[in-house]
Amino acid sequence: MNRTFLYQSHLDLGSKFVNFSGWEMPIHYGSQINEHNCVRNDAGIFDVSHMNIFDFNGVEAKQFMRYVLTNDVNKIDDGSALYSVITNNEGGIIDDLIVYKFNNEKFRVVSNCSTFDDVNNFFESYIIKFDCEFLHKSTQGILAIQGPESMIALENILDLKLSNYKSFSFTEKNDLFISRTGYTGEDGFEIIGEAEELQNIWDLCTSNSIPPIGLGARDTLRVEAGMNLNGTDMTIKNNPFESNLGWVVDFSDVERDFIAKENLIEIKKTNKLKLVGVLLNEKGVLRSGQKIIKDDFEGEITSGTFSPIMKKSIGIARVPFDMNEDANVLIRNKLLKVRILSLPFVRKGKIIL
Amino acid sequence: MNQTPSDLKFLASHEWIRLIDDNVVVVGISDHAQDQLGDVVFVELPSIGDSVVSGDEAAVVESVKAASEVYSPFTGEVVEVNEALEGNPELVNSSPYEDGWFFKLKVSNENLENIHSFMNADSYLSRLDDNN
Repeated sequence: MNRTFLYQSHLDLGSKFVNFSGWEMPIHYGSQINEHNCVRNDAGIFDVSHMNIFDFNGVEAKQFMRYVLTNDVNKIDDGSALYSVITNNEGGIIDDLIVYKFNNEKFRVVSNCSTFDDVNNFFESYIIKFDCEFLHKSTQGILAIQGPESMIALENILDLKLSNYKSFSFTEKNDLFISRTGYTGEDGFEIIGEAEELQNIWDLCTSNSIPPIGLGARDTLRVEAGMNLNGTDMTIKNNPFESNLGWVVDFSDVERDFIAKENLIEIKKTNKLKLVGVLLNEKGVLRSGQKIIKDDFEGEITSGTFSPIMKKSIGIARVPFDMNEDANVLIRNKLLKVRILSLPFVRKGKIIL
Repeated sequence: MNQTPSDLKFLASHEWIRLIDDNVVVVGISDHAQDQLGDVVFVELPSIGDSVVSGDEAAVVESVKAASEVYSPFTGEVVEVNEALEGNPELVNSSPYEDGWFFKLKVSNENLENIHSFMNADSYLSRLDDNN
């Protein structure tokens, strides 16, 4: 099993581990709920070094990005980031990712752990047509410092003013790459660098009241924030429009050709499914795979969990367009009432219903 | 870690049993089980008066992570359930052998003889060690 350079630190901090796509990663360090609340109310640090970093360099790097991503990097400035998906020719989602633009000839992509082979093959197959090269930065790790207090804490640790960097922008200091991005619905930063420097930041954080947060809380935080998990809320069988991601398919520049463009135009017209939030007001916990039923319509929970902030079970579900307001969920052969809501449930520490 | 009380019997599926009266047993889940589940957020208990059958699902414990069945160690009748778990399911984590009990069963003398077939605390703990 793969381990990140922080494995020993996780052990020392009392981590319980989980096998996450072949990586032995911390699930929690004692209490997932406490860790969750810590990120919502204060700040915490995650080791997400199992994720993949790809760097793209070349005079046609921008043209390449405009061709392979559904979203259009033309709309962002140097020093900014953009969320996108990559799809196969039929418009099925291969992965979601964040792309960072240094300049027209240099980009960085951070994508999920479990999809490494698919994403690597995808880039490899298209890059040959462009004057551009790409490199998997396998020696570099990623830390995420998330929560309302993360900026002040990081400014002290990095000795760097961060308030000028707005959401989805990034900067570099020495060999560190620092972006104002995350997967929790809170303010926060992600730092990419070599093991030695990241170990130093990790140690400074965890010994200065920024506790370590496991992947368990990462999951409950992202579900509250209404963020999809690839492989769970969407797979290669799903298109962006039925995955609440129509907004990352950018048709605005009619001159731009990109992978699956014609198919995605057609899918947008004919799509009859949507990804929504589900709230269970009764006792119980929503889990992926449970059926959502209303009249003759049926949908399915794709992510289900217990929300530590709302103290109720919440989930994400793929349902027909016409399923709104109230429905039922089937849990252990019992039908329980649920509310159908738009996502997210929580933004910047506040419950949105 | 919670101390494992020596008066308990254990099932391989991680339930514990305590004989408290001639024909009444208390059932809960072990410290190891709660530790594996993580934060418990909901417990579905049987109703008082329910008849349960040995080896059948009698309760469900849901943690943030997963749902897990609790099996009845005996055939018998549910005579009491731990209502405190309704409002404070985390008692299963903090006090698995005392405040975090699940339900009490009234068991016939004949059925109760099976209690000898369950593991004592030492056997259960060494079995956990073997599995690690």
